[in-house]
Amino acid sequence: MIRKLFRLDVLIVLLLIFSILSMFVGVVELRPRDLFSLTEEQQGILLNSRLPRTVSIIIAGASLAVCGLIMQQLTRNKFVSPTTAGTMDWAQLGILIGLVFFPGVSMLGRLAFASVLAVVGTLLFMQIISRIKFKDIIFVPLIGLMLGGVVASVSTFLAIRTNMLQAISGWMHGSFSTLIAGKYEILYISIPLFIVALLYAHQFTVAGMGEDFSKNLGLNYQKVLYIGLFITAVITALVVVSVGMLPFLGLIVPNIVSVFRGDHLRSTIFLTAVLGAIFVMICDVIGRVVIYPYEISVGLTIAIIGGFVFLFLIFRRAGADA
Amino acid sequence: MIKVRDIAKSYGEKKVVDDVSLSIEKGKITSMIGPNGAGKSTVISMITRLLDKDSGEVLIEGDNIFTQPNNELAKKISILKQSNHLELKITVRELVSFGRYPYSKGRLKDEDHRVIDEAIEYMELEELEDRYIDELSGGQRQRAYIAMTIVQDTEYIFLDEPLNNLDMKHSVQIMQILRRLVREKNKTIIIVIHDINFASCYSDNIVALKNGKIAISGTKHEVIKKSILEEIYEMEINIQCIFGHNICIYFDDQIGDVTENDAKEYAQTVQHEQLRA
Amino acid sequence: MLKMTNKKLILILALGAVASIVLYMLYDLNPAIFFYQIPSRAKRVAAIVIVGVAIAVSTVIFQTIVKNRILTPSIMGLDSVYVFIQTSMIFFGGASSAILLNSKANYFVSMVLLVIFTLFVFKFLFKFTKNNVFLLLLIGIILGTLFGNLATFMQMMISPEDFLILQNNLFGSFSAVDESLLWITGIIVLVSILFVLKDFNSLDVMSLGRDHAMNLGVNYDRKVSQLLVIIAVLVSAATALVGPMMFLGLLVVNIAHEVFSTYRHVYLIIGSAMISIITLVFGQMIIQFMFDGGVELSIIINLVGGLYFIYLMLRRSKI
Repeated sequence: MIRKLFRLDVLIVLLLIFSILSMFVGVVELRPRDLFSLTEEQQGILLNSRLPRTVSIIIAGASLAVCGLIMQQLTRNKFVSPTTAGTMDWAQLGILIGLVFFPGVSMLGRLAFASVLAVVGTLLFMQIISRIKFKDIIFVPLIGLMLGGVVASVSTFLAIRTNMLQAISGWMHGSFSTLIAGKYEILYISIPLFIVALLYAHQFTVAGMGEDFSKNLGLNYQKVLYIGLFITAVITALVVVSVGMLPFLGLIVPNIVSVFRGDHLRSTIFLTAVLGAIFVMICDVIGRVVIYPYEISVGLTIAIIGGFVFLFLIFRRAGADA
Repeated sequence: MIKVRDIAKSYGEKKVVDDVSLSIEKGKITSMIGPNGAGKSTVISMITRLLDKDSGEVLIEGDNIFTQPNNELAKKISILKQSNHLELKITVRELVSFGRYPYSKGRLKDEDHRVIDEAIEYMELEELEDRYIDELSGGQRQRAYIAMTIVQDTEYIFLDEPLNNLDMKHSVQIMQILRRLVREKNKTIIIVIHDINFASCYSDNIVALKNGKIAISGTKHEVIKKSILEEIYEMEINIQCIFGHNICIYFDDQIGDVTENDAKEYAQTVQHEQLRA
Repeated sequence: MLKMTNKKLILILALGAVASIVLYMLYDLNPAIFFYQIPSRAKRVAAIVIVGVAIAVSTVIFQTIVKNRILTPSIMGLDSVYVFIQTSMIFFGGASSAILLNSKANYFVSMVLLVIFTLFVFKFLFKFTKNNVFLLLLIGIILGTLFGNLATFMQMMISPEDFLILQNNLFGSFSAVDESLLWITGIIVLVSILFVLKDFNSLDVMSLGRDHAMNLGVNYDRKVSQLLVIIAVLVSAATALVGPMMFLGLLVVNIAHEVFSTYRHVYLIIGSAMISIITLVFGQMIIQFMFDGGVELSIIINLVGGLYFIYLMLRRSKI
């Protein structure tokens, strides 16, 4: 049943429905029929807050899910994602270094710091896993998590020394409520990256088969690997800088798609992107509704919903294995 | 004597072992054969209490196995399972010494050391005793594990596919050792084995399982028969007596484009050799 | 031959532990506040010994059960649960809440909740996941992320003053430990270790794996569930006393494996405990004398432990 409906067109319709929903959920009342007789206030809300928010959700959700997919292809490991490779922690450290040592730095400046460290960190991760022989499916993400833990402890150290722990941890917590017009546009940077990812989709799949396999097919393995890592690291940095940490997203969305649609990147990349956007949209709308008129941050709703979805996926798989 | 009565095991809907009953004769080698998924390893695991059974009972000299203290049972029955890769940094001698655990609880006495020395000599492991087991070849490692079971000094020894991943030379070596154990130490040995020819040449009794049930059990001469084996394995199997052993020939007649003439010629040569022997 | 060397190594480590403690006690003493310094340092040493031993013992046993050298009981989200418990106390009770100020109540609440959580995850380990460490780990990480995010969310809503109070409780530190809690934890740890003491030899057998252990007459499944309870108690007691020390177990047990190339738990357990004490004492000296107490010990331990782990990974691959 679900498998039949799990098609790109169906998902896009779902995304549209949820996007419209997202446009009309919020503290200031706004109904679809108001569209034809918008007050100035309503117009302002719509253009400066609701629309930017909805757009950012789509971009962030889609691109982060695709990041996870690319990383999983490149490492041939279903449990590698920006969270489990430590990429998010590196990006966070980058932002913190920017804030601590260059207090006046702009959003773009912070993005630069975050991107550089995210790229460095992801490269380090790939270096380590290319050197270990024991490429167990737990072992690889575990190394990433450990690496992330080490980086996070550096961040915590910095934050405590500068008395910013609460501010930082709050700020890093994923939330779309601050993304208004003038602040969210930075996310558009991930669109060209996404296009590059599409162009290279097939190469990522081949590169994931390993260096020898790629060379046998005449693929420039190193180049493809670096492009993949660069794209994922920069997109992750972008999302962390603008939205904050969104746990599980890069992990569960590709895994759900893979359950229904298999693993060929070219056919799953769009599905993953759309499903990522839908998933974040649902989580965000729920966060806005549950304790209305207050808001639960999307970081939390994703952690809860995503956590349960992931547990479900794991047990499904365990059940199938037994 | 070990008597197994109606043991069964299901995973979900699937009955892996379906009311199996058998008895194991003392002082003999009993082989368990059967196609993949017949339930051989499951039966062995249940008899040796590694796996909980759903129903049935296992009696050893008339006593129920499951009511006996683990430690006492460990002096009567030993089991060696098939996958034995260990990441421990442990030497051959240390591994073999573990076999004394039911007796010594980890504190080895002179008597224990004597038994260990003896087993190491018996298995010709003297030169390897200080090597780490992960440095050994498959055959050497298998010998080390068997030395451990010898040290455990149990009446019954169960081995789950002891010839897995071994070449012909080492397989034969292991089977010769098992025969020696039966002959010289009067052990009772039960092995799960895939190669029916090894079963036919080296065991006394054979139990054949199929789809979780006993297909047949008896002496090897009763079991190694064309009609029986063909039914169990669902393929054509011819049996030739070579040097007094019943050898199963189960390659199909198209392999290597053998012509009928070739086959006849070959059969004649074999007969000649038998006569000469 | 090998036995002698291992015994010697234990002796050397024990001497090292004593020496480091003496060094810490006497370093840069100020005659004017001598009578304050000595008892305060002695208290920290006591906490270090208790926590160090508890973490080392529980990690060695845990690794034997799961047959994996990089898993520790605390990786499975225990830290996040601790942070969550602490944050909820402030969030729901306010900073002035009796529970947080009264460190005894805090200790017991945390301890009980941590034991419950750990046992819950362990139940998963051996029932639901059918002994699959991989599943267990993922479940732990997921639960950890869940609790971590809940905690962060609550932290965003409390006042900065409350947060500062909370922050003191969030990181593992030996600086402010209640004396009576020291006694209680000490006794808990001691009793747990007495329980394990008789199992050292069966632990050796268990490291061969379930099948071999059962074959040799060890009641593996029952032993495992007993040991898991002890691990849960040890880790929870240590965490409730001083806060999370995520990478400590990983660090010291792997060093112990390097130092003693043996499977014998007598050496591994005692050795790790000694290494653990030495590590913590030196860590404490660094944060106390070099950073003037401005950094929490757990952060240093995480950093060192994490780097050591990466080093291990890279080096192991060359072999």
